[in-house]
Amino acid sequence: MGLEVAIKKKLGSFGLDVRFETEKGIFAILGASGCGKSMTLKCIAGIETPDEGRIVLNGRVLFDSDKKINLAPQKRRVGYMFQDYALFPNMTVEQNIMAGMGKRPDREKVRRYLERFRLTGLERQRPGQLSGGQKQRVAMARMIAAEPDVLLLDEPFSALDSYLKWELEQEMHDILAEIDKPVLFVSHNRDEVYRLCTTVGCLNGGKMEVIEEVKEFFRNPQTKAAALLSGCKNISAAKILDETHVEATDWGVVLTVPCVPEHTAFVGIRAHFFKPCPREEAERENVFAVSHPQVTEDPFEWNVSFLACEEGSRIQWKIPKTEGEEVSVPDFLRIDGRQVLLLSDGETAELVRV
Amino acid sequence: MSEWAKLLGGLDWSPLWISLKTGIVATVISFFLGLYAARKVISAGPRAKALADGLFTLPMVLPPTVAGFFLLLIFSLRRPFGAYLYESFHIKVVQTWLGCILAATVIAFPLMYRNARAAFEQVDANLVYAARTLGMSETAIFWRVVIPSAGPGVASGTILTFARALGEYGATSMLAGNIPGKTGTISQKIAMVIQDGDYAAAGFWVAVVLVIAFVLIVLMNLILAKGMKHIRSW
Repeated sequence: MGLEVAIKKKLGSFGLDVRFETEKGIFAILGASGCGKSMTLKCIAGIETPDEGRIVLNGRVLFDSDKKINLAPQKRRVGYMFQDYALFPNMTVEQNIMAGMGKRPDREKVRRYLERFRLTGLERQRPGQLSGGQKQRVAMARMIAAEPDVLLLDEPFSALDSYLKWELEQEMHDILAEIDKPVLFVSHNRDEVYRLCTTVGCLNGGKMEVIEEVKEFFRNPQTKAAALLSGCKNISAAKILDETHVEATDWGVVLTVPCVPEHTAFVGIRAHFFKPCPREEAERENVFAVSHPQVTEDPFEWNVSFLACEEGSRIQWKIPKTEGEEVSVPDFLRIDGRQVLLLSDGETAELVRV
Repeated sequence: MSEWAKLLGGLDWSPLWISLKTGIVATVISFFLGLYAARKVISAGPRAKALADGLFTLPMVLPPTVAGFFLLLIFSLRRPFGAYLYESFHIKVVQTWLGCILAATVIAFPLMYRNARAAFEQVDANLVYAARTLGMSETAIFWRVVIPSAGPGVASGTILTFARALGEYGATSMLAGNIPGKTGTISQKIAMVIQDGDYAAAGFWVAVVLVIAFVLIVLMNLILAKGMKHIRSW
């Protein structure tokens, strides 16, 4: 049961090669723009045809290149919510919702959907008259009213103002929990993914690099791309020195860590994890000498970028603002060796099945 | 004044009715054929697309007399196909009202086709994709999603088609001839009375054509403005 996807598709020089399974809960596909997220969803929905592979939904084969099966989108029972919602502009809210309910929609059901998605009173409005949040609710209602077996959400919050997002996220979270069907949630926004999803697949250059439980993904990303997507600001190429020492070659620093896995190709340090270190402890391990600091100001935190050696690349340190205080840049910063992320290049990463 | 009274009193209104009937029938035929052709051409491969588009547009760029020549070549009773039609089905195209319709349709069809195609190509592909994932049939998608979104383009294509069909002269005169009360359209009437030097009659028919064309376009604009409320203007 659930959704099984194993597809390949070539698009010019770009190759999509995606493989994953999800049973229930919200599966996030996280990736930078242009990594193949939307293409993956389109292949599942039958809007695009993969070159080869297999897509199975609850035991029903939607696509199988070997057996020459390729169901029309109409027969797949796959709900798709587009980034721009793709509401029919000539239809009213009510007609939009009824569009996927067959020839004679049950009026009572329609009324319940309108109520549940807080659209009562807007039945006769057209999409052009709705706010962003209302449009999103109509799109959700329309998709769910068609009773699909899986929901695909393509960047559902990207068209909304950020101050609207919080409430809508909460609302979507409740609706998805209630529906209890597998959901694929495509996003490039790690905060959304962290708050809404249960599992993360990290898509990089058309390949599904890592599949992990969401908390673990953010706590301990496995690959360079995963670390970047999880919001890690500092990443350096790494040279393994021995079982507990690794050299961050971009920074000119040797780091001491509990254990260096053999596929380590990069190290990452989150910008929040540096701690000021007094001069007398400067000789200890994992201490960075701060030179050429540059300070920029965010609304609620200071960004300090610095060099740990001449000709190295810049390292970022973020400190929350405390009231009425200028930031003082210390001469030394320290990182706990257990907080250093040891990353593979993605090619050698093992897919962790959840 | 008395001259006008005389003109109107003894007036044969048949050119008006023949032109209107021809225009309406040719527009209805072109409407469906044009939408169908446009839909097919859009989903065709690039080569088939170029070829079909060329073929469908040809009657618009050729002089109508050239189209008339080809139509005669096909439908003349002395030609195999024309003779076959007549002998087997008693259908006669040359010198009949059917000829008027055929000539007007062939000449006006490209306007419908090209406008419909341009309008379809403007339709947001995501709307169609969304409709498919919702399980709507392709026919329903076409009539309920594509056509309304392409509405303005399709409507303006229909106006132009009707206007063109209404005024068709060249191919009509060759294929259908100018038989008063049967195939005598307004355009042919104007040409005929001018040849007789009757500028008063010509002026009258010119005025009729002007009024029809103007009323038509204003009417369509009003309908469009109503139907386009959901589309924001810039």
